[in-house]
Amino acid sequence: MCAKPIKDDAKSKVGTTGHSWDGIEELNNPLPRWWLWTFYLCILFAFGYTIAYPAWPLIHRATPGVLGASTRADVEADIQHFDALNAPIKAKLVAADLMAIEGDDALKTYALAAGKSLFATNCAPCHGAGAAGVQGLGYPNLLDNDWLYGGAIDAIHATITHGVRNTVDPDARNVGLYMPAWSDKASGPLADMATAKLSTDQIGQVAHYVLKLSGQTAEEAKATAGAQLFTENCVACHGEDGKGNRDLGAPNLTDAIWLYGGDEVTLTKTLAEGRGGVMPSWGYSSASSTARLTEADIRAVAVYVHSLGGGE
Amino acid sequence: MSDTQDPPQLYAAREPIFPRRVKGRFRTLKWWLMGAMLAVYYITPWLRWDRGPQMPDQAVLLDISSRRFFFFMIEIWPNEFYFVAGLLIMAGLGLFLFTSAAGRVWCGYACPQTVWTDLFILVERWVEGDRNARIRLHRQPWNWEKLIKNGIKWGLWLLIGLATGGAWVFYFTDAPTLFWGLLDGTASPVAYITMAVLTFTTFFFGGFAREQICIYACPWPRIQAAMMDEDTITIGYRSWRGEPRGKQSVETSGDCIDCMACVNVCPMGIDIRDGQQLACITCGLCIDACNGIMDKIGKPHGLVGYLALTDEPLERAGKADKPIWKHILRPRTVVYTVLWAGIGLGLVAALFLRANLDASITPVRNPPFVILSDGAIRNTYDMRLRNKHGTDRWFTVTATAGGDVTLALEGTDALRVLVKANETLAQRLYVTAKAGTVAAAAHHLPLRLWITDAEGTETPKAERIYKDTIFNGKEDN
Repeated sequence: MCAKPIKDDAKSKVGTTGHSWDGIEELNNPLPRWWLWTFYLCILFAFGYTIAYPAWPLIHRATPGVLGASTRADVEADIQHFDALNAPIKAKLVAADLMAIEGDDALKTYALAAGKSLFATNCAPCHGAGAAGVQGLGYPNLLDNDWLYGGAIDAIHATITHGVRNTVDPDARNVGLYMPAWSDKASGPLADMATAKLSTDQIGQVAHYVLKLSGQTAEEAKATAGAQLFTENCVACHGEDGKGNRDLGAPNLTDAIWLYGGDEVTLTKTLAEGRGGVMPSWGYSSASSTARLTEADIRAVAVYVHSLGGGE
Repeated sequence: MSDTQDPPQLYAAREPIFPRRVKGRFRTLKWWLMGAMLAVYYITPWLRWDRGPQMPDQAVLLDISSRRFFFFMIEIWPNEFYFVAGLLIMAGLGLFLFTSAAGRVWCGYACPQTVWTDLFILVERWVEGDRNARIRLHRQPWNWEKLIKNGIKWGLWLLIGLATGGAWVFYFTDAPTLFWGLLDGTASPVAYITMAVLTFTTFFFGGFAREQICIYACPWPRIQAAMMDEDTITIGYRSWRGEPRGKQSVETSGDCIDCMACVNVCPMGIDIRDGQQLACITCGLCIDACNGIMDKIGKPHGLVGYLALTDEPLERAGKADKPIWKHILRPRTVVYTVLWAGIGLGLVAALFLRANLDASITPVRNPPFVILSDGAIRNTYDMRLRNKHGTDRWFTVTATAGGDVTLALEGTDALRVLVKANETLAQRLYVTAKAGTVAAAAHHLPLRLWITDAEGTETPKAERIYKDTIFNGKEDN
């Protein structure tokens, strides 16, 4: 070994450092010199590194380093690189017939992967990461088989492109079409749309009729009275049989799915105060603004949403 | 430094070691082991194994990019990585077993650092001569002779390093393709970089760092002490026979004539007569050296030899050693062996029990269930179906549940799906329970999903596996 005795230590043959504490001496097993040099080299390397790369913190930013390295620039370059790689398939996606995308394995694979990522970034804040929506707030569940405006890819594509009732896109769905506020105590634009003013009792009657329509327990007397009010005021949008109208975005009232809730309390609130959800336009662009998503992106999201289990 | 007036030196330069050539049982054994292990290392990537069309025909292949490990007839997928973990645990336990039974046999005979250093010392001796010639060359000032001899030595070391790094990369891709690719410069930069790094490390570790790696860099010498006890067979000096060392002409002398043969052959540069020490890798060369001397002076072998600490009092009392099997067979080695064999048997069993199809099924829990327009409850499951056959297969999906449920696959009306040969398919499964049924109202309904390879042609009946999961109902439905 490298250790050389300084003075003979009978047992270990190793010298001591000369330090002695209460008679306890410290053996000197010398460190190999190359270890020391490695240590010095590491220190030198560290200084060299701080010169080459961003390191020393200053007031506003760190020293940039002579190599000009920037992880942000690296990410931007990576994004450009992958955008360039994706350009051909994006072009193919835009050129394809909407309804034929799912039949093309390569396009479908790309659209599902891209759509999933785009959905998480753009759609999840309202519709949820799992696309289940938020019922109390009227953000629709995209997993079920009930659609306000249609669940085929082209319908989903149109809804995403133009949005719903937004003030930006003239092609948005349901511009000016709302569920009016029917209560005689209501005021404001939603109340102005109502063709009649209903008392609290009358609203309760309509609510019970809707409960009956959807197969829930309802008070028969109230439901019978509500039927008359329903025919007078609601069928224009929701239809004679209450099954709704996709052209008007009027929900089907006979099924198990509710945008805001199908219990008596929520139905009463919906009837009294009205409803009118808004979805942004993701494809609208004008002279002063660019579209939030490109056509390729919107198509990818449409294919993804269509694949979640409710697609028509 | 022997002057006590000097301040103590806290750092020491490496003292070069010039191991002398030695002949004997252990040296011969080490030559054979070295030849065998180097042959396995260099030849293995070139062995071929027919796995059918579109499959690699390399017997041992770690295909990182396709995420497959091939070992002759065995193919490991990423989801079966527990095989690799099991092998690593077995390697660890095997090392414990050997160390507790026979000391640092791994270090002395099988460790790549030892094997390659041995090879490098052999090259050094071919070029520069044996110990004395090498010491002379080391001490003489730089001249043409020293330059040429060192140049030849370093060149040969570099070639060995290159071959070592080269063989390494062949394990990760098709060896013949890569070989020609390396020659005409079309191989992946990763291959060149890996080879360059391994060439350098082999050259440096085997040529210059040598025993410094064992003493300062390797954690194993520190850990091994925990596995050794007084019954562990290690290399030792029978001081009760050898001391006091000195000339044979002196009446009182022991058998040790202090010829330094054991020290001169030691690749670690230690004196085994100082007793067990961290730097001793138990390579056995000092035994060969000492036995050679004992032959010359007409004394029995074994002044330096394999022995256990418990042998010392017996030998001092003039009795025979404990038999070797009594040293080795003790609770600790039995426990290590049982653990090692248990894991080994488990892995072998798992190897034969695994099916050619495999699936993992993850229930989608955001949301836990979806209500459909007719009030039915639908659960969604993300399935990953793996087809390990060499051909495309149709897999069908069925379920057994505690209630009536219907199944549907995303994107198809049928309940079967085509999984391409040796691929994994991500497929969504919908399980629906009609409104008002037991399943729809159940809090947690056990659900067993069966995946069947409907075309199991190799087996008489269809091969199928199941995965257990849960169906979530709407409790207040």
